[in-house]
Amino acid sequence: MATELEEPTRRDFLVTAGNVFAAVGAASLLWPFIQQMNPDSSAQALASTEVDLTPVKEGQAITAMWRGKPVFIRHRTKDEIAKAAADDKAALVDLSARNLGLPETEPALDANRVKKGHEQWLILVGICTHLGCIPKGQSMQDVKGEYGGWFCPCHGSHYDTSGRIRKGPAPRNLDVPPYEFASDTMIKIG
Amino acid sequence: MSAHESSYNPTTRWGKWWDDRLPVARMMHGQFVDFPTPRNLNYAWTFGGILTFCLVAQIVTGVVLAMHYQPSAAEAFNSIEHIRRDVNYGWMIRNFHAVGASMFFIAVYIHIFRGLYYGSYKAPREVLWILGVLIFVAMMATAFMGYALPWGQMSFWGVTVITNLFSALDGVVSGLGTGITEWLWGGYAVTGVTLNRFFSLHYLLPFVIFGLVILHIWALHVAGQNNPTGLDVKTKSDTVPMYPYAVAKDAVGMFAFLLLFAWFVFFLPDYLGHADNYTPANPLVTPPHIVPEWYFLPFYAILRAVPSKLGGVIAMFAAVLVLLFVPWLDSSRVRSTKYRPIYKWCFWFFVFTCVALGWLGSKPAEQPYVFWSQFFTFAYFAFFFIALPVVGLIETPRVLPRSISESVLGRSSGGGVGVPVGAAAAPEKR
Repeated sequence: MATELEEPTRRDFLVTAGNVFAAVGAASLLWPFIQQMNPDSSAQALASTEVDLTPVKEGQAITAMWRGKPVFIRHRTKDEIAKAAADDKAALVDLSARNLGLPETEPALDANRVKKGHEQWLILVGICTHLGCIPKGQSMQDVKGEYGGWFCPCHGSHYDTSGRIRKGPAPRNLDVPPYEFASDTMIKIG
Repeated sequence: MSAHESSYNPTTRWGKWWDDRLPVARMMHGQFVDFPTPRNLNYAWTFGGILTFCLVAQIVTGVVLAMHYQPSAAEAFNSIEHIRRDVNYGWMIRNFHAVGASMFFIAVYIHIFRGLYYGSYKAPREVLWILGVLIFVAMMATAFMGYALPWGQMSFWGVTVITNLFSALDGVVSGLGTGITEWLWGGYAVTGVTLNRFFSLHYLLPFVIFGLVILHIWALHVAGQNNPTGLDVKTKSDTVPMYPYAVAKDAVGMFAFLLLFAWFVFFLPDYLGHADNYTPANPLVTPPHIVPEWYFLPFYAILRAVPSKLGGVIAMFAAVLVLLFVPWLDSSRVRSTKYRPIYKWCFWFFVFTCVALGWLGSKPAEQPYVFWSQFFTFAYFAFFFIALPVVGLIETPRVLPRSISESVLGRSSGGGVGVPVGAAAAPEKR
């Protein structure tokens, strides 16, 4: 005749404790096998890329590689800079600066996407924030989209001369990677 | 599937639904829960479960390592260092796999010696035994190819020496040996081409082993386990249900084994290996002493004991393949060595022979090691071809107990069934 309000027995304690221990053991055995698939320390190693800007004339753009990703480096014309600054007040799709060298809360002003004193240099991670294609706009003959920046041919995202998303399915502005000007003509990304 | 019918009785709707369509639960229950297991099994019987664990562990760690390993001559060695240094927990997973191979062989040798000692190869378990030998051969092939993969000095030269064995066939049919060897190599010497195909086969064979293990367990469950007395199961009281009794004993054995495993993995990971394998492979420099991993040393000793090249190769293969014939070489009508007073000495001398051959295999091919290798090679084959057939005919076995129950519970009226005399505990209520 079992009464519902019986004290837990020693057996109950042992069985429960044993099961908890086994669960902890199983989880701690499983974790390394999951974690090993995450980027290893050689991938995480802060590889830096140095880029010489001298050959990039005004109006031209080059693509560098950083951490396995393409980086757009565009030497903006005065018009492009002016247009980017004017569009600060436009209805932007993504209001965040997306500058990995700044806190996340900074607004998407053109000034937050370039370095002071080097506003002609726009440096962006060249991966469309929609599904990862490389947008067109680096070459002189490329279609640059309705906002004069870049145009992603995969699903029709338009980026402006500050690399901000203006039209199309992409949700975020193109990321600005962390970089420094080692000199007026040399940058170090990452 | 076997002699034992499952007493599974699904009570839930879900349980009944599956039982009508694919009765996995019924099979698992019948084979691993209420499967009747001899009540007198000792810890030597826990190694089957331990070996299954080792196989699964090697496959899991191996598949994970294969995500990071590069099977090319240029990159293999570096990719292992990348695993050890960069990959998250790579050092640990690699240690599991390398030590796991050695642990696998420790377990398989104990498992085989258990089978030899208790006559587990005798009728009706001959096919079970043969499947075991096939698993052992597949394990050796897998381990040999796996050892090549780090592409260290010992990897490279071990592969060169052992694949060169086939060239001994040139003495039988001119050109045959060289043809086979170059076919294995995929070239005129061991190269990255050889490494690549060894990686593919090393990934494949464990799944072949897995299939053989399923057949092995199937064959076991048809005949039922042997037990230390060697007597057949006669009544229900000779057995206990696998769950919880054999499962619990397996767990205890498993934990002791895992303790030893963990000791090596975390404190002595390279102890069972060879330092030369941390030197990248150099086809132009042969290491001073080429030795295989410890689990191959007895066979290596036999190979080198015979002065002729072809003779050595034949002796080495024969040393493994002779195991296939053990059920028919043994003339004894008594299964378990427990009741075979003369054979017991032969058995333990055989164990000593195997250990001695292992030690001798690690020594250079000089005197006095050569003489003793030859002595113990003779002793090895003498066990199979003299001791097994002859001793069973001439010895008088000790008196066997009347049943398994009697050997466990002692003699009581009627013999074999009932409560031990003077026992205070009540019989178990089920």
